[in-house]
Amino acid sequence: MFFRPALMHIPDGFLSTLVSIVFWAMSIVAVAYALQRTGKDLGERQVPLMGVLAAAIFAGQMLNFTVTGGTSGHLLGAAVATILLGPWPAVIVMTTVVSIQALIFQDGGLLALGANLFNMAVVGVAVSHFVFTSLRRLAPHKSWGTIVGGFVAAWSSIFIASLSAGLQLAISGTSPANISVPAMGGIHALIGIGEGLITVGALTFLVATRRDLLAGDQAGTRGDVGVWVFGLGIALILAVLSPLASANPDGLEWVAEQKGFLDAARGPIFNLIPDYIFPGVSNQALATILAGIFGTLIVFGVALGVAFLRRNRKATA
Amino acid sequence: MHHSIDVHDLVFSYPDGHPALRGVSFGIAPGEKVAIVGPNGAGKSTLLLHLNGILRGAGKVSVCGQVLSEKTLGPIRSAVGMVFQDPDDQLFSPTVFDDVAFGPMYQGLPEPDVRARVATALADVGMADRVNRVSHHLSSGEKKRIAIATVLAMEPEVLVLDEPTAGLDPRARRGLIRLLRELPQTMLVSTHDLRMVQELFPRTIVIDEGLVCSDGPTADLLAAPDMLQAHGLEMP
Amino acid sequence: MHIHFLDPYRPLPSPVHSLDGRVKFVLAVAFILTVSLTPLGAWPVYLLLLSILLSVEILSGLGVGYVLRRASLALPFVLSAFPLLFITPGAGLLTLPLGSWTLTLTAEGGQRFANLAVKSWLSVQAAIVLASSTPFPDLLLAMRAVRIPRLLVAMFGLMWRYLFVVADEALRLMRARAARSGLARRPPHSAGRLRPGGSLAWRARIAGGMAGSLFLRAVDRSDRIYVAMLSRGYDGEVRSFVLPPVSSGARATLVTGLTVLGLLWLSGTLVWG
Repeated sequence: MFFRPALMHIPDGFLSTLVSIVFWAMSIVAVAYALQRTGKDLGERQVPLMGVLAAAIFAGQMLNFTVTGGTSGHLLGAAVATILLGPWPAVIVMTTVVSIQALIFQDGGLLALGANLFNMAVVGVAVSHFVFTSLRRLAPHKSWGTIVGGFVAAWSSIFIASLSAGLQLAISGTSPANISVPAMGGIHALIGIGEGLITVGALTFLVATRRDLLAGDQAGTRGDVGVWVFGLGIALILAVLSPLASANPDGLEWVAEQKGFLDAARGPIFNLIPDYIFPGVSNQALATILAGIFGTLIVFGVALGVAFLRRNRKATA
Repeated sequence: MHHSIDVHDLVFSYPDGHPALRGVSFGIAPGEKVAIVGPNGAGKSTLLLHLNGILRGAGKVSVCGQVLSEKTLGPIRSAVGMVFQDPDDQLFSPTVFDDVAFGPMYQGLPEPDVRARVATALADVGMADRVNRVSHHLSSGEKKRIAIATVLAMEPEVLVLDEPTAGLDPRARRGLIRLLRELPQTMLVSTHDLRMVQELFPRTIVIDEGLVCSDGPTADLLAAPDMLQAHGLEMP
Repeated sequence: MHIHFLDPYRPLPSPVHSLDGRVKFVLAVAFILTVSLTPLGAWPVYLLLLSILLSVEILSGLGVGYVLRRASLALPFVLSAFPLLFITPGAGLLTLPLGSWTLTLTAEGGQRFANLAVKSWLSVQAAIVLASSTPFPDLLLAMRAVRIPRLLVAMFGLMWRYLFVVADEALRLMRARAARSGLARRPPHSAGRLRPGGSLAWRARIAGGMAGSLFLRAVDRSDRIYVAMLSRGYDGEVRSFVLPPVSSGARATLVTGLTVLGLLWLSGTLVWG
């Protein structure tokens, strides 16, 4: 029986009921809108195209490659889907993949599916779109723009999505933020490299054989700009929230207190954190490192955003 | 009495400029069984896709008296039952029932009629007991038969099949030939299988490089080895 | 060669198998929700839920061993909750010195960890029973019944249908790669080392190329499927039969199940909440 280690698909039992329901609501809204937009963009072809591509992404996740000795790299596919199809169809494809994974293979829980969809199908796609379209602007007609853009987009989609998952676990009280966020982030910073490499491999192949297929070549429509902004926004929010949460889990205590009588039985674990240091990891050091990475990303994102807007203005002038 | 299929001066080029059909004309009378043969790349599959309007080229295509146009696409697609080469492309629904019911459902039939059509079509191809199966569990011979059932359920006047015996083992091939012999519809088959042509199809059209090279009794064609060789065919 | 093992459905003659898929779907989700809402420490409730689950597993003929084995695949994630053992305040049970820090395992921590592990374990088993006792087409029907848009359900159906086809293609690509991954014999006059396996980047590119090839073939196949759909009259709208009525027996099972779960939740919340 083949086994795919799924590190971002959160099983049931790990997220509080409230967090699960909130993220279900957000995902339903996002997917419903994506469904409408996909219908408009692809028309009649959407049913077979989305379905078979979802199958291909799932099968693609079976393709592993040895990183070292025992570990292997795997693909999530949000970045490839986004680059190939554009953001809205990619949301639908990833929704299909993640939902079937949960329902049939128990990769991720059913109650937690809302949160998993949010992380992988919404955040993963939005961040891929933001990063890819931004980087491609730097080298619009050269294939290396696609390759570099693809790598960074893939890495970012995995990394940022994992931060979202880490925060969800923290808000649910399953894992203290100063552990879950750095752990998820750290592990997926490595896994993201694998995702990036495979994505680059896939893109190289597709650029060589069927460049016409890459949606990234097409000019952004108004809706895509919306996704770009959302992608930038969510990356920033998570980038800022994560080191804050890691260093000051107290800050999440007020969130915990909002949850009402259902979770009143939970112990006040966050009170303990300022005095407690997880062995081997210093809160301060990690927070600083993370802040450094995120700070760079933020500056990078803002710079690209400015360049993008300036170019747009120039084009319409 | 109209022809089942009437193709007049059909010309078609692919978007990349490659000319696939360069003036193809022929007529098929109701009840005829005709084979189309020719080398790979001759334009056979392209031609078939014109018969139900998937591709639209210059020239005239009429099916059962109706000229193919945007308005007549619906009735023509009901009248022409197209069976493609790879049954996995045609069996796209979760169950066999869903696949065979697809055609009648899109014809707008009410549920009891759809069910009746499914039962009849599956019985006609000998797959009645597979009705609730999922397609990926079936053998390629079974899939081919069910693919045929998916179009039979629409009660077409004409059956068009692209390479029906390709990829079948001898037993499945024998079963398919038996089935094709029993079906009463007008039939147009594109194939490399000249032994089947010899058995089932009294008339053969040879297509090469987008043109009709010969159109006549199969026996005549099979008696002309030069003709066969010139168009990439072999004596069966 | 087919990847049949990817399909978890095991056809068996059991009342669980023959129960309406829509009822099973709702009950499974309700079960998972009840588990999620059960408060910390409500062990009798967990026990009752477990016994319900085990009875269903036995009744279904799937066997407790089969379900438990599949459930263990979801276990690794439980490790992420390990810290709970040490950071929850309470009476210390065990002290582990680690360098200049000391980890204190508390009873409360143990309880929180066990609580989480049990919730996770119960939930995944419910999902396994659902997937293993219900043919996928019935699950699609259940999705339609809970008002998931037809378009999405159609896409799910297509993904599932072509899962096995594309997975077959992927397996073939991997086998071809394996066949070409032999170790060369060192040519007698060459200097320098052989580097079997190539570089990491190279390996990743090969895997990526395989993925790219799969996607390309998927796009091409979807075009052919679209042509087949058009040929049979497809007009972009997803059509399906009206959902058949739920039998009275199935309805009774649904009501009973929901009532039992509701009572369990209520008692759990009132007593331990």
